[in-house]
Amino acid sequence: MNKNIFVTLAVSAIAYGTPLLLAGLGELLTERSGVLNLGVEGMMLMGAVTGFTVSQKMHGPTWLILVVALIAAAAAGGVMALIHAFLSITVRVNQIVSGLALTIFAGIAGLSSYLGSVWKVGGQHGLHQFRRINVFGLKNVPVIGPIVFHNDAFVYLSWVLVIVVSWYLYRTRMGLYVRSVGESPDAADAMGINVTKYRYLHTIVGGAFAGIGGAYFTLAIAPIWTDGLTAGYGWIAIALVIFAFWRPDLLVVGAYLFGVLSSLGFTLQARGVHWPTEFFSSLPYLMTIVALVAASTGWAKRRLGTPAALGRPYSREAA
Amino acid sequence: MKFERRLNYPRWLTFAVPVASLVLAAIITGMVLVATGHDPLTTYHQMYQSAITAHGGLTSTFVYATPMLFAGLAAAIAFRMRVWNIGGEGQIYMGAVGAAGVGLALGSWPRPLLIAAMMTGGIMCGLVFALIPGVLRAYFRTNEILVSLMLNYAAGYFIYYLIYDSTSYWRDRTSFQARVFPLGKNLAPKANWPVFKIGAFVLPFGFVVGIVVALLLWMVIKATRYGFEMNVIGDAPAAADYAGIRTKRKIVSVMAVSGAIAGLGGASQIGDFGHTLDPRGLQQAGYGYTGIVVAALGLYNPLAVVLVSFLIGALTNAGYALQGPHFPVGLVGTTQGIILFCVLGGEILARYRIRLGHAATAPPVDQEALPADDERPPALAAAEVQP
Repeated sequence: MNKNIFVTLAVSAIAYGTPLLLAGLGELLTERSGVLNLGVEGMMLMGAVTGFTVSQKMHGPTWLILVVALIAAAAAGGVMALIHAFLSITVRVNQIVSGLALTIFAGIAGLSSYLGSVWKVGGQHGLHQFRRINVFGLKNVPVIGPIVFHNDAFVYLSWVLVIVVSWYLYRTRMGLYVRSVGESPDAADAMGINVTKYRYLHTIVGGAFAGIGGAYFTLAIAPIWTDGLTAGYGWIAIALVIFAFWRPDLLVVGAYLFGVLSSLGFTLQARGVHWPTEFFSSLPYLMTIVALVAASTGWAKRRLGTPAALGRPYSREAA
Repeated sequence: MKFERRLNYPRWLTFAVPVASLVLAAIITGMVLVATGHDPLTTYHQMYQSAITAHGGLTSTFVYATPMLFAGLAAAIAFRMRVWNIGGEGQIYMGAVGAAGVGLALGSWPRPLLIAAMMTGGIMCGLVFALIPGVLRAYFRTNEILVSLMLNYAAGYFIYYLIYDSTSYWRDRTSFQARVFPLGKNLAPKANWPVFKIGAFVLPFGFVVGIVVALLLWMVIKATRYGFEMNVIGDAPAAADYAGIRTKRKIVSVMAVSGAIAGLGGASQIGDFGHTLDPRGLQQAGYGYTGIVVAALGLYNPLAVVLVSFLIGALTNAGYALQGPHFPVGLVGTTQGIILFCVLGGEILARYRIRLGHAATAPPVDQEALPADDERPPALAAAEVQP
């Protein structure tokens, strides 16, 4: 392998960063509406197992199977998010506990694992997989080719979604309403915005994004299902939203930075630099802490706002 | 669907709601079982048998209940004050590292001193590790949920590094097995914590320590200024500031107590059960996260946490004992999650009445929706339907 180390790192950053980007975008939408959902890991696992099972059991042309599997994964994540939405928005349970409950319910030793064994998909080798597309036949263009023009459909989907979400949040009326619901539900309610409806909608859509992010593991990275295969990516996605100050454009930077760090240990080892891989593996987590501290300084707080009502249930009686 | 605050809270609800929630959870779990081709009653009976009545069943229930008790208490004390220490998992790892290190280093000490030193080692490591999110939260206003969560992963990689990827003090490099597969050093038998034997049933020392800690916490909460200030900060942070309570210091100290208890739980994993630092075992168990469930189910009351840790311990033990083609391991978490959803939802429903199908403006007095409750004074009932 005589590849440019930059290209190697960039390609693996995209591979590791894409599920983070997808799940992070979903959590970003949810948090922008003022709901904190800590159940991302569980929703990703549900998306992963559901998408994989559909791709294994369905018959038909590969492209159709993969599209249906992707929709099923999104639906699975959305249904999980609906539980959280009901508990945290309607019943007004503590959002932290409800989100953790969701991760336990759906997570590594929960429903995703149970469904995996009921559907008997554990250890099966996948029949269908999203493969890299050689866009416009440009994959051999130096440097840019392998990074930009030779990815799987998930990657391109995630890029489209980043643009769509940015446009939605900052350029549409609904986006403005979502942000106001997350900042000041009282004011939004007084303006006639249906706070409950907006929060439900964005929690469920956030879950669907997480489900797609989870499906990336079983439909693109390696077509195989094992319990807990998302390995904490759901938690990193939550951290990433804060790291990115709730902005879709910075989320891209953050996701790929985490991707680079996840793979840096192996890449350097392959080149004869022997630092413990655990050090590099824990770097994303430690970096997040540093970013969090930086983000919580007064300067950052003033300029880069957390949705002010994040994590707070809204009810008219308390107002 | 609409919720209305209950104006009077009948005392029987305090007991009826958790019981009803558990029954509901059992019904929903039963539906999951039926949907996947299992007979719920048979399964529940088998679970009861393997957790309580089977030979050694109760003993293994306490093997699961002990770490859950420590993790539950650690979460309960912090969550009471709305300091969200999700880092019990990592603090348990670090406590285990500390206790195992002390146990290995001081193997020549007399047994009571050695055990006390192991506990101290676990407590100190858990405490110091919890201070990181505590100090950052108190003095930099950094979100402690995410910091403590990130530290769980860092701690996980750290203990993994100690045993699998380094020549650390904790790693066994002499025995034959350890050359084939990396293992932690075994502690001297003297460092094993005592057990209480009642017939065939073995109660671990750690669980008794946990009960003592629970009693202490309960007394602190009920009867001391420290506990009172905790409640004020938790319920009304602004009022605490006006009253001159030093909120920042309190956050740090509560995090320290929480981490110390979790660290003690890690020490108990070494002293009571493992007798060696076993990163995989600790990580797979995930007691720190289960502890949050335990604390929430016990409504953050230390004494209730003792009871809940036993129940969830029994449930987990039953799950793993029955594990096989007819009882996949995934049911353990599924059941825990369903119970948690039901109890969380039920607790709020106890404080509110549900109304179905309401017009948004000027609701008419719906006589059927108002329960015929003789205890309700008519004035209150009328006040409730005011738009």
